[in-house]
Order: sequence, then C-alpha cells, then structure tokens
Amino acid sequence: MLQSWEREYGAPFDGYGQPSRFEQPIMRHFLRPYGDLAPGTGAALTPLEALEGIITPSGLHSIRSHSGTPDIDPQKHQLLLHGLVARPLKYSMPALWSYPMVTRVHFIECAGNSVRNLAPQPLQLPAGAIHGNVSCSEWTGIPLRVLLEEAGLVAEAKWLIAEGADSAHMSRSIPLAKALDDALIALYQNGERLRPEQGYPVRLLLPGWEGNMNVKWLRRIKVVAEAAHTKDETSKYTDLQPDGRALQFTFEMGVKSVITRPSGTMKLPRTGLYEISGLAWSGAGQIRRVEVSVDGGSTWADATLTGEERPKSFVRFRRAWEWNGQPAVLQSRAIDAKDQVQPTRKAWLAQYSRANAYHNNSIVSWAVAADGSVTNVYV
Amino acid sequence: MSTYKRLAAAAVAGLLAGCVTQPQPQKAPSLGTAAPAEEVAQLDISIPPTGQGLPPGGATARQGATLYAAKCASCHGAQGGGKPADALVGGIGSLATERPVRTVGSYWPYATTLFDYIRRAMPLAKPLSLSNDEVYALSAYILYLNGIVAEDEAMTATTLPLVRMPNRSGFIDAWEQKR
Repeated sequence: MLQSWEREYGAPFDGYGQPSRFEQPIMRHFLRPYGDLAPGTGAALTPLEALEGIITPSGLHSIRSHSGTPDIDPQKHQLLLHGLVARPLKYSMPALWSYPMVTRVHFIECAGNSVRNLAPQPLQLPAGAIHGNVSCSEWTGIPLRVLLEEAGLVAEAKWLIAEGADSAHMSRSIPLAKALDDALIALYQNGERLRPEQGYPVRLLLPGWEGNMNVKWLRRIKVVAEAAHTKDETSKYTDLQPDGRALQFTFEMGVKSVITRPSGTMKLPRTGLYEISGLAWSGAGQIRRVEVSVDGGSTWADATLTGEERPKSFVRFRRAWEWNGQPAVLQSRAIDAKDQVQPTRKAWLAQYSRANAYHNNSIVSWAVAADGSVTNVYV
Repeated sequence: MSTYKRLAAAAVAGLLAGCVTQPQPQKAPSLGTAAPAEEVAQLDISIPPTGQGLPPGGATARQGATLYAAKCASCHGAQGGGKPADALVGGIGSLATERPVRTVGSYWPYATTLFDYIRRAMPLAKPLSLSNDEVYALSAYILYLNGIVAEDEAMTATTLPLVRMPNRSGFIDAWEQKR
C-alpha cells in the first residue's frame, strides 16, 4: 500500500538533526541516588540495548556527575598547568583549539558500572540500565604529553592531580606514566565539540582507565611527587576485599562484554534464526576473542568481531543463533590481547567484600524462557 | 630561487626518487602563557596527606558543632549517621565483616582529605563558601564524632596532617604492586 509520506512533500531542512520521532523513546537510564534533592548527581546510562555498532551517539553517552553539569563559557575557561614544572602555564580555549590534534576511538567506563548486577536478586531492567555506564566515542584532542613537555617536567614529577571546574571540583591523582603514554586533552567527541555533560569545553581522556579519572570540565593539572589521596581515590573508587583491606589505584578497567540483543526485558517473538549481538572492551588494549554460550556456560563458540583492531575501544561481536523454543541461557566471555579472560560471576564475587561496588566485569547471563521472554539471571 | 620554488623542486625530486613521506613528529605551537604565582595560589586547592598548602587558621570540634548542624546535618544526619548523603561517622572495625560500613572514621586513610574535600565541594549547593576556619571546624567536628580527636583539640595546618586515621594502613597500592 502506498504510504502517506510518499504522496506528501517532506519536512524542511533542520539546522541540527534529531532522531526520527519514532525513535524518541530511546533515552538514557537515570540513576539518581538523591532524587530531586540533587538531580544532577549520579549517573545517566547509555541504552546499550537499543544501539548497534561501536560508536555511542554523543547525546546517549553515559554520564556520571557529582554536582550536575556546569554551564561553562569557553571564553572564560582556562586550563592551568603547574606544580613540578619549569614553567607554570595557563591555556585559553582558543589556544587549545589551535593545537595539532590526534583522533582516537575509546570507551569510557565508570568504575561503578554494573553495580546494579550486585543486587541480591537480579534486577529486571534493560541491559543499559544495568551495564550502560560505559560508552564509546571518537575523541579528538591534544596529547597531554605535548602540554607537559611545553611546561617542562621537573625530575621529581611522578603524579598529576587533575581537577574539574564543576562545583564538585572533582579531582583525581594520575600517574605521570599514563599522562605521557596515551592521555588526551579531549576537545571533540564524534566530530563536534564536547557536549556539556561530557566536560565541555575540555576533559581529560585516560583511555581504558576508570571513568572517574577522565576528569570533565578540566581546569587544572598539578604535577606532584605523590598522589593527593583525594576523596574520590580513597573513600570512593577503592575496592574492598573480604579481609577488610581495600585495593587503591586500580585504574585499568577489566576485560568485559555484555550481550545487548537479545537482553533483559526483551521478548523473542518466534523461534528460528536470531543474531546474538553485543559489546566487548578491555582497558588493557585490544579484544582478541569473544565467545558466546547459549547453554549457561557449558559450551562456547567464537563470535565474529568488528573493530577488534582498536585498543581500548568497544568491539561489536555477533553470532548467529537458531532458537528452537527451548529455555536457554545466553552468555558472552571476552578475552583481551593480554590473555585476560572475563571472570565468571562466582569467581569475581570471591575476590571482593560484598560491599564492593567497583570493577564488576563478571560474565552477564540472560535467560530465554520457552515463551521467548528474556530475563536477567545470576549464574 | 624563491623558497616556494625551492620547496616545490624538492618535492618533485622526492616524488621522482619514489620516497614516501614519513609522518612528522607532532610539533606544538607553545601557546601556554605564564601563570603568575599568585594566580596559581588562588586556584590551587589541593591538600595532600603531608598537609602542604593547608592555610593558616584552625578550629576545634566544639566550634564546629553549630556549623555542622546548620550546614551539614540535613544531608549527613545530626550525628553524621548519613541519609540521604554518605554516613560520616561509625563503622570502625566493620570492614572485614559481612556488613562493612565505610565512613570517614572507619575508612578514610587521611584526615587531610577532609579539609580538601569539604573546602572544594561542600556544602553541595554552595561549595567554596566556607572560610578556612569553618573548614577546620567541620573537619575537627567530624573527627571528634568518630572519637578520633578530642572536642577541644584544634585542627590546624600543623595538627591535621598528624591525625592518625584508624584505617590508615587499610589500603593496598595496586598501581605500585603492578609495576
């Protein structure tokens, strides 16, 4: 049947495009621990279940903020670089925008991602509402090394303290080795200047490391000899073990994967051929292999990968699956270039105190019932 | 020969020789401008465990009690018990149990972090609004509620870094271990 839109002149140009109105329900999932008391505190998670490919649209990139999103005028914002340097320097945004730049694709994952899958009973929520505090973008900016060399590092320099210009003035200590390796002063995300909630006009990008360290709204870098032991690297983002001692400075995000389709709250409408599709990533570098199980981990088969040449980036994995209508448990297991294998839930839990909420990279399980409904289960 | 012509000639010679252009190491334009010491001092609010950078002044827990009730209690509880925001008091000795309670008293390794964090981020709706003496007073009060300092013990640039937190040795430096 000929549709109405084939007989009508279409909409005029739009200065800034938006998704189809039929796609408008695809939104970030909010995690607001203080509710309306602090509506910009907490996280907004990427709806992984609704997306395909590798790049997260900027408007759906996950957010973790402590004191909301500041409204920064780039003409008034400065980046200060000081401490153990020969020449303390400040940079205006126009200055930073005119530096030579590099472009790379990297994921950012909050160290607290998948905390919801530590609930006593599995939560029946979409994949992104549980595991979506991770996203992947193309980032463009200045290698941090370039600015550090310009300021001239002093011999005792071992750490940096990075600080945001939001009202939380979030700050983290970063080993100099990382800063000189692949750290970026990021100015652009997916081709356009950073979104406000992603740190406009400038953020730190530490590929593969805890999202919290990728300081947004970057206003100051202080070069120091010792870590500052800020609130966010002592009372938070430290990993309590069963013996009561906590691991501190566990910067790198572990090897991880999650099946995004089919996933929790979905329903398979028929038996027959499906594609299992998901995302894998590792803070250590490239993803070498992703295996998929449809029988709760008894047997595994290799998935096809897309983007595996990129280190510290999302990799899309896919595998065909013929569903015969019997109950099934779908799992994925990622292995990175350093041969690190994504742990089972049981093995992961054994490492930590039950109060630990960070670095949960354990295997995710989705159960498919005979009626096709998909639920979150603990295996 | 003009510079342009000379470059063009060199480029043609290069092409004829079949050479491949190597990517140039990135050159920076050096656009940072000198940051005067007084400007740096104004922006530098980091306080490490040594206490370096702690401002003059000081206060006791007794002086902090009223201020805490006015500015902190609504989110952190009258006695620091928390809700809706983090608990600040209690939990000492609980970390290795089935129900660990992580507070300033039970978990934080350094007292200097209190000053650093309160000054930079609290109260949530009005950070950087407290005077240095007020930040000292609140730090002292929270330490006092945890039984770590006495009610009349002044917290200053000298005394705050010397406070021994109960969980001072409770952390393993995973970064150092990995290297």
